[in-house]
Amino acid sequence: MDSPSPRPSIHPVSWKRQPVLFTHTGWRRAIYAGAFIYLILAMQSIEVDWQRVYLGLDRGWKFVEGFLLPDFTTRWHDIRAGLIESLTMTLTSTVAGVLVSVPIGIGAARNLAPMPIYLACRGIITLSRSFQEIIIAILLVAMFGFGPFAGFLTLAFASIGFLSKLLAEDIEACDRSQIEAIRATGASWWQVVNYAVQPQVMPRLVGLSLYRLDINFRESAVIGIVGAGGIGATLNTAIDRYEYDSAGAILIIVIAIVLVVEYSSSYIRRWVQ
Amino acid sequence: MNVLKLDKLSKTYATGDTALNHVSFEVPAGQVLGLIGPSGAGKSTLIRCINRLVEPTGGSITLGGTDLVRLRGTALRRARRRIGMIFQEYALVERLTVMENVLSGRLGYVPVWRSFLRRYSAEDISKAFSLLEQVGLSQQYNKRADALSGGQRQRVGIARALEQDPELLLVDEPTASLDPKTSRQIMRLIGSACRERDLPAIINIHDVMLAQQFTDRIIGLRAGEVVFDGPPGGLTDEVLTRIYGDEDWTQMRGEEAEGDESRTPAVDLADGI
Repeated sequence: MDSPSPRPSIHPVSWKRQPVLFTHTGWRRAIYAGAFIYLILAMQSIEVDWQRVYLGLDRGWKFVEGFLLPDFTTRWHDIRAGLIESLTMTLTSTVAGVLVSVPIGIGAARNLAPMPIYLACRGIITLSRSFQEIIIAILLVAMFGFGPFAGFLTLAFASIGFLSKLLAEDIEACDRSQIEAIRATGASWWQVVNYAVQPQVMPRLVGLSLYRLDINFRESAVIGIVGAGGIGATLNTAIDRYEYDSAGAILIIVIAIVLVVEYSSSYIRRWVQ
Repeated sequence: MNVLKLDKLSKTYATGDTALNHVSFEVPAGQVLGLIGPSGAGKSTLIRCINRLVEPTGGSITLGGTDLVRLRGTALRRARRRIGMIFQEYALVERLTVMENVLSGRLGYVPVWRSFLRRYSAEDISKAFSLLEQVGLSQQYNKRADALSGGQRQRVGIARALEQDPELLLVDEPTASLDPKTSRQIMRLIGSACRERDLPAIINIHDVMLAQQFTDRIIGLRAGEVVFDGPPGGLTDEVLTRIYGDEDWTQMRGEEAEGDESRTPAVDLADGI
């Protein structure tokens, strides 16, 4: 079989992918050049006090020294109390957060909820997500006083925004044909949720909850600084007293616990797949 | 006696596309009806209108004396449980076990708490076991649905539909993702299940040869209108052209027959016909 010889003259020989964003060549170049010039100017406006940086290096080094020679014993009583408080706060707030976010997440999924409920649940999620944990903690400490209760409420509130949003997105990404098949059997709304949606989102929900547990523990170390109890409060006291060796010990414990949670959660996640 | 009666059924989507235009026909008990037509002819929309997964915009659908088009809420679910449905991609709930998938056929009959706790009645459970035996999966009931092969999954889909004790079976492209031999086995299984129970079925099917072989009557749909209604033997070249448009049908038939013969020893296409 003789194939016709290729004739390159009738077809173009070069091809470039069309730009998606700025289709006009002149404008595209102008926008890129403008962005670059702005970046240079913006960098020049950053003021760095090199003398202050030099002084700070010294203090930073003291912190590193404390980290290298951690002192677990002197303040062990305080550290232990702070840790227990933090872990309690973490676990209770995660459980409370999950319990509240499941219904809100279902309500915020467009394929399950009618419009008014959808909008209300999305509103709650937006409200929870628009404030950073520390800001919520400051407000709640002012309302409920110093201590772990304010911390518990802060973490639970922040968990709701995080978990509901991601759960809702996962529900919306569910396989529609499985939902359709269960609806076709004459199942009620609750049965559709239980039989078609829950099996599909369960692994992700477990994974997200464990991830949130991890985040809540780390956050409990931060919100303690603004008075919401836990290991953060202990850490803050140690730093205020310039006891960098005790602070180093606390940080090492926090890192160790986060590592343990991380490894066990990846194990559990594999197990629920 | 006619079990199902469609009268001037119409569906116009919100986009303005007319999927069905005054479709009327009746299905007597025990009749296996093949619905053929080009892609986009409205076959899928038609069967989904019957169990109201898609809302029809006009006409009426009567199943054993009930007008399905007017039903709402609980009445609609009561009607849906009388209609079994089998899907193209099986639409099993992947993370549930085979048994749970079959029992989900009872969801329209049991209260939410029973289905939630998987506390089905003795009759429901023994019915599920007997159906699994009939479709040849009596040993697999504790396996997860996603551990099965395509043909096995479709068998579970058939068992789920029959578990509903349906008065009508809707079947949407049951063989589209199966190999030729499994396709035939599945079609034969659906056919024998219908004959045993005197159950009418509407089967959407692309494969004209399979439709001719395994159905009692064929309806040809083109652009939402019935252009042929008759026995499988009546599918002449002229009729096929009316349904699908111009094509050299004799050549297709010739090729198919030739292909069948040459492949018979390897794939055993003619198994048990």
